[in-house]
Amino acid sequence: MKFWISCLVVALAAGGLAISGINEYFFFAAFVVLTYIVLATAWNILGGYAGYVNFGTSAFFGAGAYAAVVLFQALGAPLAVQIAAGALTGAALGFGVGVMTLRLRGIFFAIATVAVVFIMETLMINWRYVGGATGLQLQRPEVMAPFTTYARMLFVVMTLMAITAVGIARYIQTSWLGRGLRAVRDSEEAAEANGVPTLRLKLIACVVSGALMGAAGAPMPMYLSFIEPASTFSLNYAIGALAAPMIGGTIHWLGPVIGAIVLASLQQIVTVTISGEINVLVVGVLLVLFVILAPDGILGLFRKWLKSSSR
Amino acid sequence: MKQSRRNALKAGAALAASTALPRFAIAQGGTVKIGMSMPQTGSLGAGGQAALLALRMWVDEVNVRGGLLGKRVEFIVYDDQTNPANTPGIYTKLLDVDKVDLLIAPYGTVPTAPIMPLVKERRKLLMGNFSFQVNAKVQHDMWFNNSPWNDATSWSDGFFRAGTKAGAKTTAILAADNDFAQSLANGARTLAKKGGIKVVYDQNYPPATTDFSSLIRAIRAAKPEMVFVMSYPNDSVAIIRAVNEIGLGSQVQVFGGGMVGLQFTPIMSSLGGLLNGVLNYNSYVPGMKYPGIEDFLKRYAARAKDAKVDPLGFYLPPFNYAIGQMLEQAVNGTNSIEDAKLAAYLKKTELRTVVGPIKFGKDGEWASARVVQAQFRGIADKDVEQFRSPNKQVVIYPDAYKTGEAITPFEKARKAK
Amino acid sequence: MIFSFDLLFEAVLFGVLLGCFYAAVSIGLSVSFGLLDVPNVAHPAVMIVGSYFTYVLCSYGFDPIVAGVVLMPVFFVLGVLLYRFYYESFEKRGTEAGVRGLAFFFGIAFILEIALILGFGVDQRSVQAEYIGSSWELGEYRIPYRMLVAFGVALVLTASLTLYLSKTFTGRAIKAVAQDEPALRLMGANPVRIKQWAFGIATGVSALAGAMVIIIGPVEPAMDRIFIGRTFCVVVLAGLGSMTGTLGAGLILGISESIVLMFFGASWAPAVAFGLLLIVLGIRPQGLFGR
Repeated sequence: MKFWISCLVVALAAGGLAISGINEYFFFAAFVVLTYIVLATAWNILGGYAGYVNFGTSAFFGAGAYAAVVLFQALGAPLAVQIAAGALTGAALGFGVGVMTLRLRGIFFAIATVAVVFIMETLMINWRYVGGATGLQLQRPEVMAPFTTYARMLFVVMTLMAITAVGIARYIQTSWLGRGLRAVRDSEEAAEANGVPTLRLKLIACVVSGALMGAAGAPMPMYLSFIEPASTFSLNYAIGALAAPMIGGTIHWLGPVIGAIVLASLQQIVTVTISGEINVLVVGVLLVLFVILAPDGILGLFRKWLKSSSR
Repeated sequence: MKQSRRNALKAGAALAASTALPRFAIAQGGTVKIGMSMPQTGSLGAGGQAALLALRMWVDEVNVRGGLLGKRVEFIVYDDQTNPANTPGIYTKLLDVDKVDLLIAPYGTVPTAPIMPLVKERRKLLMGNFSFQVNAKVQHDMWFNNSPWNDATSWSDGFFRAGTKAGAKTTAILAADNDFAQSLANGARTLAKKGGIKVVYDQNYPPATTDFSSLIRAIRAAKPEMVFVMSYPNDSVAIIRAVNEIGLGSQVQVFGGGMVGLQFTPIMSSLGGLLNGVLNYNSYVPGMKYPGIEDFLKRYAARAKDAKVDPLGFYLPPFNYAIGQMLEQAVNGTNSIEDAKLAAYLKKTELRTVVGPIKFGKDGEWASARVVQAQFRGIADKDVEQFRSPNKQVVIYPDAYKTGEAITPFEKARKAK
Repeated sequence: MIFSFDLLFEAVLFGVLLGCFYAAVSIGLSVSFGLLDVPNVAHPAVMIVGSYFTYVLCSYGFDPIVAGVVLMPVFFVLGVLLYRFYYESFEKRGTEAGVRGLAFFFGIAFILEIALILGFGVDQRSVQAEYIGSSWELGEYRIPYRMLVAFGVALVLTASLTLYLSKTFTGRAIKAVAQDEPALRLMGANPVRIKQWAFGIATGVSALAGAMVIIIGPVEPAMDRIFIGRTFCVVVLAGLGSMTGTLGAGLILGISESIVLMFFGASWAPAVAFGLLLIVLGIRPQGLFGR
């Protein structure tokens, strides 16, 4: 109950900000942070709970973005429909990739997911309808009241999506699904020996994860008024989605949220004050530091600090 | 994305401090902020750096004259690295964080295309910078392009005419998969069909392609008599090298057409003799009579030496300087910096610039085109100064600027002096 | 699409040269991942760093191949240090660390890429040499010399490494560690030191591979990404632990890529390596020649 009340508070706060007089650029930057909250939470469902490291977040994200573009170009579909399409596409891709690769261990699964990214990118490069490598200019529709600009509306939409994603992750974590995935992560062979349907569990996690990533990708073309394959399928999304849970903590749903807020906010600040590519360096360095020094992430550090201070 | 704000402020401060220059009503309160991103690295980087220098020249000179509307001009520039993914963020930042008054587009079609919808939505005037047909779909009514071409005909006509004059009936089309090349290729295909020219090879390549030997081999196998290439600087260089490695075949009459980058001084001097025989577009070659251009080039060359940038300054700098001149005339003519008023002025006025009079027609492009097709002849390796001589690039189209006929076939032109 | 047997022959010829080059750039990974089980996703990034260092040396007048050879011992030391660090931080702590080890190398790859961008900018870099730019005219066919040079170096490199691993004492110790680490320990050899040495060799070889990359064409910092596909495709297709298999797998990839490039266009070529990788992982994950 406490959880849902906090979510309501967050949603109302977002709505309040969106109609306030705060600088426009805040919404432009906050959208990215919220996107990473969704991506990190989605990644953690398969990566943190089940232990299957997905390097291919960009493939699902990009698939969602392009699904949205297709619907927008063909039918002038509204944003809600675009997001639904993104989620469905992400889910379908998650199922396909899962069936093909979830039987592979560790690094083979990871490399297979990288392969999916490049194959998706190549497919989009060769599809003229969505612009090929050139890309497409997109004219946003008029924004509805009470929002004064499209960016503010996207901010609220993304906040709602983040809340939904976190809610789903929390449910999985505390349910039978979560227990099964933890068994897979701790020892897949033992789990199988005990009759846990590991492939089915992993597949469910992969589908849910993919759906959320696809949904996160859908608003991106409207956000930029432009889409092209190279940046949409950029591995930068993959490393961000992977780094955030590693930094925040992978065991609990709060980890990816904390990690994404810390990481993406830092990136936005760096982009505005220093330069664009240093922000990728920030991700890489933080990832390596946390992975070596604090494997349980910020949550882990917090727990240790709590334990030591209660003595 | 490099922040050149400090440089702009330094230039302004230095200018104010230099007592030797005559002072008019130098700004006491308030500035007019002009913002843009310029590809200073990446594929278009070599051209962008030269273009930027010309713009800075204009900013410094206009500030000496008292600025715009009595206020000092502050110039804010970022580096978009020729990456279209960077420009929406940069221009949003320029508008919302840096709060600029006036916008100039980045050099080139590829970085400019993504910001057209954004600029239209925000009702901002955008001064175009050597883009090709980037406003065709978006139809922004406050777009004014500084480049001497308008549609594909203005560009491809000269190239096809040179080929058909030599009896060519077939062509190959090799185009990068980016905004610029695709627009040009579409136009070229229509023209070829109208002119009864058969397209025997038609391929796109992704912008990241670095090895063209297989593509050149395939072109050679198709035996085309004209080879029309639409490429960006990195690919243009790689294609020229591949053509020298693999060869196109003796039946090719003309080769080139739409290769960006062969106008950049650093690329011209590094390719040297490999350029011989290539028939390619340009905006200005030595010998073309534009009023005021000689004086501009002299002033530019002096600054280029210090900045260690392209010393010749033929292709982009004069036209970038013209952007500044057009803005200045519009601001002075309307006595305001409001986008709508400036746009109305630019639409109906014939503007006087260092590249001649500019009158805008449909879609914010030039009413009459002035792009030339010129053939490289007798280029030697490792010599920058040779390009100052008019007979190194012989203009074969249009008639108003013609200085000679194209030498065909391509193999013969490569050896010509 | 124009098809002729002439074009097909040229595509296959080019593919053989390209394939050997791919084998050479993958052989380091064959050792570090195939034999030592280190999930070294940063291998292509290290190689591209090698390309840039080659570029720097060439600007002082070195020939690119000489530069590559000169860099090998430097990279050997770097490899030893990197493995040591990885071992202390991850391998020692057990299999849970496997996930973190992967993330670690992924992070290293990105850091290297950005370091290159900060140091050299995003522009393409290339080197000049006598043999770059001209080709060998063989009747109707023109074979670029830069491909022949890379092919030659690749053959020598692959052959030497294969011989080293099968004929020398240390080489066979490396193979032994890959097969049965506890047994090796019982025999009194220190497996960590052997693995360190092997990883050093794998990294040293990357330096020369990097020199070949910049001989064949211009490089830019983000190039490591597409090479992840190519190198892992070769290593997985060959089968973990098979050195000679690397050559065969490289040739398969090179020829496939060349044929797709020639007949289907440049826009499909980047997907060949990744597509082939997925197919192999799906159908026969142990590869063609693996153990």
